[in-house]
Amino acid sequence: MVSAVFHSPLEASGAAPVATTTPSNTMNKVAAPTVSIRATGSKSLQKPAFDWRGLWLAVLPPVLGFGLLVGIWALVSISTASSIPSPTDTFNQALIIFSDPFYRNGPNDQGVGWNILMSLQRVAVGFGLAAAVGIPVGFAVGRSEFLSRMFNPLISLLRPVSPLAWLPIGLLVFKGADPAAIWTIFICSIWPMIINTAVGVQRVPQDYMNVARVLNLSEWKIVTKILFPSVLPYMLTGVRLAVGTAWLVIVAAEMLTGGVGIGFWVWDEWNNLNVKNIIIAIFVIGVVGLILEYALIKVATAFTFEEVKS
Amino acid sequence: MNPNQTSKFIDIVGVEQTFKTKKGPFCALQGIHLTVAKGEFVALIGHSGCGKSTLLNLIAGLTTPTQGHLLCDNREIAGPGPDRAVVFQNHSLLPWLTCFENIYLGVERVFGAANKSTGAPSESKAQLIARTDAALALVGLTPAAQKRPGEISGGMKQRVGIARALAMEPKVLLMDEPFGALDALTRAKLQDELLEIVARTHSTVVMVTHDVDEAVLLSDKIVMLTNGPSATIGEVLAVELPRPRSRIALADSAQYLGYRKAVIDFLYTRQAHVEKAA
Repeated sequence: MVSAVFHSPLEASGAAPVATTTPSNTMNKVAAPTVSIRATGSKSLQKPAFDWRGLWLAVLPPVLGFGLLVGIWALVSISTASSIPSPTDTFNQALIIFSDPFYRNGPNDQGVGWNILMSLQRVAVGFGLAAAVGIPVGFAVGRSEFLSRMFNPLISLLRPVSPLAWLPIGLLVFKGADPAAIWTIFICSIWPMIINTAVGVQRVPQDYMNVARVLNLSEWKIVTKILFPSVLPYMLTGVRLAVGTAWLVIVAAEMLTGGVGIGFWVWDEWNNLNVKNIIIAIFVIGVVGLILEYALIKVATAFTFEEVKS
Repeated sequence: MNPNQTSKFIDIVGVEQTFKTKKGPFCALQGIHLTVAKGEFVALIGHSGCGKSTLLNLIAGLTTPTQGHLLCDNREIAGPGPDRAVVFQNHSLLPWLTCFENIYLGVERVFGAANKSTGAPSESKAQLIARTDAALALVGLTPAAQKRPGEISGGMKQRVGIARALAMEPKVLLMDEPFGALDALTRAKLQDELLEIVARTHSTVVMVTHDVDEAVLLSDKIVMLTNGPSATIGEVLAVELPRPRSRIALADSAQYLGYRKAVIDFLYTRQAHVEKAA
């Protein structure tokens, strides 16, 4: 259903009238005609004018998508007799929560802003440590056949393990909730960074290395002018994957360890049976994850250059 | 400089190149004997897969021969170095550096430190920048100095590649199908530019090509390779057309057409198709 909603405007952009002739389900029938009539109408009337059709396609599908989500949510809320709170109630509650995100009433009752910042701080520390270890290891594994054969079985064995399985080890070794959560983030972030950096190093085009050899560049110049820039896009992909996983894991880890943090907040609100706040937390976690991902994609594109085409 | 050094600037003696493959050893080149004089322009021509680029990589020092040896300026070629600059087939510019920086990288390496073999002192930064600017001007790319390779056309990239090689003032300029990836009009323009640059700099050039007209127009000597495996030099043709050469004047010169026919005859009659032989 969802995919039909997202596809119909795109089909309409290719051949507006055709879209209505191939309705696959009722959703499509509803969505497509409104689009095609509007689009063709504005196109024929004012040709050189503003691209209304493009704007329409950019705005309508996401709005419809959110509408669908809120609609289902409202239906569920009604059918469960408001044990799942309605969208309106949740929105009102969100206004209250975000009116004062940085209050402190003791260690177990702090504003949502503090919870987010604490979680982000743990992710930053665990992730920073993972980058500090993982990127050099990735370079070493990528450069040396011996190290690659040595580490590959270890990586293959440990990578599929759920990061939460490492939490007890962290609690045992570090004897504290906070370091254990950071340890869990560290262990889940390190694999994508090692693997992507190593792949990046192995894929440095031979042409560039030949240039380095003909110009007789020093090791330092090879690393700074050739290896590092060509590995950077791969490394940033690793970083992006790692941050994504870290943000997934921190919520679960904090539910188990407690303290201040968005995951703990969710668990606390569940113990208080405050479902509205849980739903708000879900949106907040989603938005923060989205921002992290988007920021890293922006960084990655800034450092990705056109490859040599042979 | 003694005459032996001038006529045998590059001396290739009994070179054989065998590659290890999964199906066992593969002999790419066999019994290669070739000399290149100082200031000479030599073209290596042959069907694809005949080992032209292998031979060029050997002169560049990127690979070492299984047998035989190669001398450049009476010294054994032990590895790649800036005295034998290579213009790569796909330009191989570093995409994260500007055109200027790409050239500067080589210039800095060659002239930025004191040269032990020639005794030349290290040059100042201003001198290095001046050299880089001069190289860009030589190929007519001064306006594109601060552009990245992704922002300029294929012909311009190849010109930057040539400028990078020339800026290092190499003893030998090695070119691996430098214009192969370009369209015919751009290729003709760059060939004319190369003729002019080589006439000015008196460079020694070894160029791999598969274009008969390019070989005849540019070179003093055309080295024709037989089909691989175990390719060797089939014939060497001295091109004694007077310089400066003009593409238009040569188009209906009987002498030019004669050379052209000789090469075509070798490639298509005596060394007919590679696929047939294999």
